[in-house]
Amino acid sequence: MDEGLRNELSKQGIFTVTLSDLYNWGRKNSVWPLQFGLACCAIEMIATSMSRFDLARFGAEVFRPSPRQADLMIVAGTVTKKMAPQVVRLYNQMPEPKYVIAMGACAISGGPFKQGYNVLKGIDRYIPVDVHIPGCPPRPEALIHAFMTLQKKIDAQTFTGVGRPRHMDPDAPSEFPVPEFGEHDLVPPSNPAVWRAPKLARET
Amino acid sequence: MSVGNSPYFLIAVFMVAAAGFALSPLLLAYLWAKYFSPQKPGPDKNAVYECGLQSKGDAWIRFRSEYYLYGIIFLIFDVETIFLLPFAVAFTGLPVGAFIAMIVFLLLLVEGLVWAWRKGVLTWR
Repeated sequence: MDEGLRNELSKQGIFTVTLSDLYNWGRKNSVWPLQFGLACCAIEMIATSMSRFDLARFGAEVFRPSPRQADLMIVAGTVTKKMAPQVVRLYNQMPEPKYVIAMGACAISGGPFKQGYNVLKGIDRYIPVDVHIPGCPPRPEALIHAFMTLQKKIDAQTFTGVGRPRHMDPDAPSEFPVPEFGEHDLVPPSNPAVWRAPKLARET
Repeated sequence: MSVGNSPYFLIAVFMVAAAGFALSPLLLAYLWAKYFSPQKPGPDKNAVYECGLQSKGDAWIRFRSEYYLYGIIFLIFDVETIFLLPFAVAFTGLPVGAFIAMIVFLLLLVEGLVWAWRKGVLTWR
């Protein structure tokens, strides 16, 4: 809806709303995360959901033990190469529209264990991450900030056009390829559809 | 007598309204799913959920019935230890009647064990 027309109508005392606004308003206030912790960041995630930080204020306290009922995957902790296929498979099993928060230094880049032979250097190599939170581990306030960022992102999504969710795009794939254990590394080492190695730019 | 005067006319109206009340949310949900939430199935998404792992084998296997007898007998003696522990702690201060009652209780359970043993439940075939 045209912003100018909406302003004009609201000056006359007529409140207008679009269907996608209503839809997103309901959706962003009922994000159900997957009950899924990988390492120490999960402890902060648990603290966030408890009474002191009270994630229930954002409608996101219902941690679901099954991916079939979850909207949000919080990758909380170090993703080892052994665990990465399971994480991708769980993400594939979640219904659309689905979102990912990569919580902590390990989930976004490997963190302090980046040099480890068995550590995945960021879960964004295999699944599309919506919000990255740095920190080792991030405070519950940081996770709450990530939630609010995600809510802003959900609020901005439309049914059509470029910003539409993946499930409204018939060309978008329904699943992301699950990596397999190779001789030395996961095969493939990353999903080129969601991640490309950053180019090193040297100043001459 | 016209249709409007029939005593059953109101009931018919109620039935139609009730059916509409129940069916219209279902219809709305169907239309919403069709236009705003198209399905995107896939081999992983339709797979059996097993904590992210690929499920191996069949879930519809048969357990041997001996397993249940074995399990029940184990459970009886598992619970018995709960009674035995306070009995052992308070043993020196117990009157004779309580001691005899406990021995009768133990003998009843042991009798059951002897019965099951002779019946061959404890041998795994």
